Amino acid sequence: MEHIELFFKSIFIDNMVFATFLGMCSYLAVSKKVSTAVGLGAAVIFVMAITVPLNWLLDQYILKDGALAWLGPEYASYDLSFLSFIMFIATIATMVQLVEIVVEKFSPALYNSLGIFLPLIAVNCAILGGSLFMQSREIPTLGQALNYGVSSGIGWFLAILAIAAIREKIRYSNVPAPLRGLGITFIVTGLMAIGFMSFGGMLTGGDGEGKKQQETVKVEDKKEQAEKLVSQNNIKEEISE
Amino acid sequence: MGLLSKKDSKLILDPLADNNPITIQVLGICSALAITAQLKASIVMALSVLFVLAIGNVVISLLRNIIPSKIRIIVQLVVVAALVIIVDQVLKAFAYELSKQLSVFVGLIITNCIIMGRFEAFALGNGPWRSFLDGIGNAAGYGLILIIVGFFRELLGSGTLLGYKVLGDPIAKTGLYAFGYENNGFMLLSPMALIVVGIIIWVQRSRNKALIEDH
Repeated sequence: MEHIELFFKSIFIDNMVFATFLGMCSYLAVSKKVSTAVGLGAAVIFVMAITVPLNWLLDQYILKDGALAWLGPEYASYDLSFLSFIMFIATIATMVQLVEIVVEKFSPALYNSLGIFLPLIAVNCAILGGSLFMQSREIPTLGQALNYGVSSGIGWFLAILAIAAIREKIRYSNVPAPLRGLGITFIVTGLMAIGFMSFGGMLTGGDGEGKKQQETVKVEDKKEQAEKLVSQNNIKEEISE
Repeated sequence: MGLLSKKDSKLILDPLADNNPITIQVLGICSALAITAQLKASIVMALSVLFVLAIGNVVISLLRNIIPSKIRIIVQLVVVAALVIIVDQVLKAFAYELSKQLSVFVGLIITNCIIMGRFEAFALGNGPWRSFLDGIGNAAGYGLILIIVGFFRELLGSGTLLGYKVLGDPIAKTGLYAFGYENNGFMLLSPMALIVVGIIIWVQRSRNKALIEDH
C-alpha cells in the first residue's frame, strides 16, 4: 500500500516539473519534438532509477549522522552529511557517463538525436533533486527509494511528453509574436501546473489520514508564527518604551 | 567607464537584458521559479549564485589548461559542489530559518545550468579577470529576474515586501485593505511563478523585436 501511494504521489502530486520545478531547463529546451522528448524522458527515468537507490545506500551507510556505526563503535559519532552534495553528484556524473557509453554503443540514432542533452542529464536538477528529496524526506527502505526514483522519473517523462505534444500543435495557432516560443511555453506550463494541483486531493480525499497530518503540521506552523509575532511585538514594545 | 574597458563592461551589461540567462538562454530556471514566493529568499538565492558563479568561473579559468577535456564535467561539478557546500554551511550557521526555507534548492545550485553553461561557454576559453566579470554579469542577470519575480509574488500574494506590510494590515483592514483589496493567495502557489516569468518574457520581447522567436 505504501508503495502504491508513493508511486502515485510522486507521479502526480509531487510531480517534478509542476510542483517543484525541477529539470525545467532541459524540459524547456528539448520539448520541441515529441520523439526527442520521449528519448530524453526515458533516459531520465533510467538514470533516476539507478541513482536514487544508489544514493540511498550511500546516505544510509556513509553519510547520515551515525551511519558509519557498521565500521565499529568508535566511528558511530561521525556525521558526514555535509558531504552529501559532492557524493551524490559524483554518483550521478558517473552513472550519466556510463549511460552515455551504453547508448552510443547500442543505439547510435538515439545518441545522435539527444546530442548535447545526454551529458546535460548530469546537471538536470530533477536527478539531483530526486536524491536530495529522498534524503530530506527520509525514505525508509531501499525498495521505496527505487520506487521513488522510477515514479518521479515517470512524472518527469509525462510532463515533457505533454508539453512536446502541445508545442507541436501550438505551431498552428496564432500566438502573439513576442510570446512565441519560450513565452507561450512558460504560460502553458503554468496552466498545466494549475491542472496538476487538482491531483493534490487524490490520496487524502478518502480516509483523511494524510490530510490530518498536513493540518497538524499547519497548526504547528501557525503556532510558531504566532509565537514569533508575539515575541517580535514584545521587542518592538520594549524599543518604543 | 574608466575602470573597465568597453569590451569588459559589455560582459557585465549584456546578460542583464539582451542576453539574459533566464529569459533568453533558458538556463537556471528551476531555482528561479521555486524559491521566489518571497523577496528575501530570492535575494539570498541571487547572492549565493553570484558567489558560486564568480568564484567558480575564476577557478575553472585558472585550471583551464590542465583539465583533460574528457573529465572536465566531473571536475567542474566538483568545483561547484565545493563552493555550494561553503554557501550551504554559511547559510545554516547564520540564517538557519532561511536555509530551512530554501531546503534542497541550495544544493540544487550545483545543477543550475547557468553555472555549467558559463563554465563551458566562457571560463574554459578566457582568462580569470574576464571570467570573473562574466560570472558577475550572468549572475546579476539571473538575480535581476529572480528579484523581479519575487517582488511581484510577495507584493501581490501576501501584501508584504521583505516581511514589511507595505499595503497595510489585512486583519485590521488598514491601508489598501480598507478599500476592499484582498491578497491574491494564488500568487504564492507555484504555477504563478511560471506565468509571471512568461509575462516578463512577453514584455521584454515586445520592447526588443529582435528577440522574437519563430515558434
